[in-house]
Amino acid sequence: MRTISLQKENGSRQALLAVAVDEVGVNERADFFTKRSVKKDSKLTALYLALSMCDLTTLEGSDTPGRIQQLCAKARQPVPSLLIENLLQKKNLAPIPSVAAVCVYPLMVPVAAKALAGSGIGIASVATAFPSGQAPLEIKTKDTLFAIENGATEIDMVINRGAFLSGRYQEVFDEIIAIKRICSQAGSKVHLKVILETGELGSFDRVRLASDIAIEAGADFIKTSTGKITPAATLPVTLVMLHAIADHYKRTGNKIGMKPAGGIRNAKQALHYLCMVKETLGDDWLNPELFRFGASALVNDLLKQIYKELTGQYYYDKIFSLD
Amino acid sequence: MQTTQQNFEYAASIESTDVVKISAKNKLFINGQFVAPSSNKYFASINPATEEKLSEIAEANHKDVDKAVKAARKAYTQTWSKISGKERGRYLFKIARLIQERAREFAVLETLDNGKPIRESRDVDIPLVAAHFFYYAGWADKLHYAVPGCGQSSGLSGRQKAPSPLGVIGQIIPWNFPLLMAAWKIAPALACGNTLVLKPAESTSLSCLLLAEILQEAGLPDGVVNIVTGAGETGAALVAHEGVNKISFTGSTEVGRLILKSVANTNKKLTLELGGKSAHIIYEDAAQDQAIEGVINGIFFNQGHVCCAGSRLLLEESIAEVFVDKLKARMEKLRVGNPLDKNTDIGAINSLTEHQKIKKLIDTGKTEDGEFFEPSRFALPTKGYFHKPCFFNKVSSAFTLSRVEVFGPVLTISTFRTAQEAINKANDTPYGLAAGVWSEKGSKIHKTAQGLKAGVIWANTYNKFDPSSPFGGYNESGWGREGGRHGLLPYLAV
Repeated sequence: MRTISLQKENGSRQALLAVAVDEVGVNERADFFTKRSVKKDSKLTALYLALSMCDLTTLEGSDTPGRIQQLCAKARQPVPSLLIENLLQKKNLAPIPSVAAVCVYPLMVPVAAKALAGSGIGIASVATAFPSGQAPLEIKTKDTLFAIENGATEIDMVINRGAFLSGRYQEVFDEIIAIKRICSQAGSKVHLKVILETGELGSFDRVRLASDIAIEAGADFIKTSTGKITPAATLPVTLVMLHAIADHYKRTGNKIGMKPAGGIRNAKQALHYLCMVKETLGDDWLNPELFRFGASALVNDLLKQIYKELTGQYYYDKIFSLD
Repeated sequence: MQTTQQNFEYAASIESTDVVKISAKNKLFINGQFVAPSSNKYFASINPATEEKLSEIAEANHKDVDKAVKAARKAYTQTWSKISGKERGRYLFKIARLIQERAREFAVLETLDNGKPIRESRDVDIPLVAAHFFYYAGWADKLHYAVPGCGQSSGLSGRQKAPSPLGVIGQIIPWNFPLLMAAWKIAPALACGNTLVLKPAESTSLSCLLLAEILQEAGLPDGVVNIVTGAGETGAALVAHEGVNKISFTGSTEVGRLILKSVANTNKKLTLELGGKSAHIIYEDAAQDQAIEGVINGIFFNQGHVCCAGSRLLLEESIAEVFVDKLKARMEKLRVGNPLDKNTDIGAINSLTEHQKIKKLIDTGKTEDGEFFEPSRFALPTKGYFHKPCFFNKVSSAFTLSRVEVFGPVLTISTFRTAQEAINKANDTPYGLAAGVWSEKGSKIHKTAQGLKAGVIWANTYNKFDPSSPFGGYNESGWGREGGRHGLLPYLAV
């Protein structure tokens, strides 16, 4: 059994056990969650829940203030009120929830902050030289500081995969601690999500190790992917990370959040994730404080499925805005 | 305002039973026809999940058994031994395809009659049944390759003749995998050129009788397969019948002993697939979260009614506490209930008798040793023979539950310090059917496996079945192998 030694901020050393993961077993177990039955009321509850867990995301080189404003409007009100209000009233249902947060580049944070003021919707910003993370720590901290000063309430940082894959775990650990320190200085309200970019790590053993390092370094959430690499989020890789969260909770009583991101395009997939969280971590994790989807296309499919549950039929796609 | 305040729970999804038609009275299947039993006696078949009567099953006495054996003999001499292996294979392929076509019907019927969850009958039992027929269909015309050098060379072609079949086979199967056990028996016997009389367990005859319909549909010549239903006496009559060349039995060690005595001093061949008390060894370097799933699958699959169930968990002492905690948390999430619900993980115990037997053994366990645990977060249905999954932790090898096969959802847990101790403890049993070993270190798995006296050893998984791998045990777990090339040998004169 391999252990790695990490030096903490106060100079003390900590041994971290590299937890073994069996790939065949993980895939088999993950597949199990695609077979649970979620329909009718159960499905509607799950669809509402999934929508409220979405980090509506745009991370393009071509992002502009205009585009971000559009996205923020969608975040506030995912569906035209006229289309659905009557239906909801008739069935005595709660209004369609807003998404949990929008997720944008640091330069777009000021625009999002203005557009979402007073809405309670989180402003998540990818920082730390997203998506590659290949920049000096100094740049990464400045990137983070800029986002927070301009109104980001959540930071989605990437780990240094270059350092991780060459075995420099201390460097990975230190970088997360440095970013966490900035998030904490700003007041404990800024949540830190640590992106492992699991598609670049090469094995579930490494995904588990990266999860444990991130959690030990102070991550509030661990997140699968940037969305720029294939494969991004999958059920098996998320399951490995959920086990890391479960073990940490068992040891310390602290609840770490989970965010699969990238590749979750339709409602059916999202429901599989909810089943997996329910049976792996429990109902306590089934809320936006502890579980998020990093997605863009998913939101419209959730709306489409909610509409179908309410009316018994699909509305044609164009009714929901593209953003 | 409903939605946002509700917790997310699964929706019950009950498989419709409309696909199956169960006749009120089920007859015997002899010589290609459904015939009434000569005693005119019928007994009830109960749905263990509801305790309601599903149907009535004919009780075959020695006269019916005699009729069935004679029909099998006639079919053997007149048709089945005359046709080529290729033709036998063609029948088997057809049977396999027909089972696939009616898979849903079989799955629902099996769940109604046996109590196992529809998820298992649908995803495990029935697909394996079809796979078994497909597999042995492929062997039917290749027997001279299965046992090279056995038959004589046939003339100028120099091609070996296939080894000879045995004749009429008497087969007795248990209730835990009714149709799958029938497939394990019937497919290799027919592929090798034998004819047979099959006796299903009295509590689970229905799927075998539906199989009889499939055999008719496949055009299998009359008398090649005969099915006589009934309890122990019917089985005893079959075992004792002079016209039977071989007995193949799967069931309890207790009954296995009786059969062994019965066939002593006769010319009958015998294979026995009996009980087990299989060890599941988890080393400290195992992938624990996946090992947990292996343990769950090992002991709670099919309510623990599995002869090779991993019923003795052996944990390396250094991880025991953490592992047991994880196991408890996982067991709280198991869903016990209506077997027809697709969300159900653990269904009903097959019969009242078995239910009482399990309870009695647990009571004994409680008086002896160990810390008892069962999940507290869910309740069992009020009707039906349901039982919570449970375990006894810190159990000594000397006590009842470590040695006696429970055949239910009951696990024992004890610890070991070294690989050698794990092997010694695993082998400290009168049985020797299966074992599981979990470690991320390949060499350790190989070393352990070499030391284990068990017919099947799974590494980093458990309860995986495939028609191409042989299955069978050491010592009181029986003799002979089923499955794979090895599974042909007990049906050939070699």
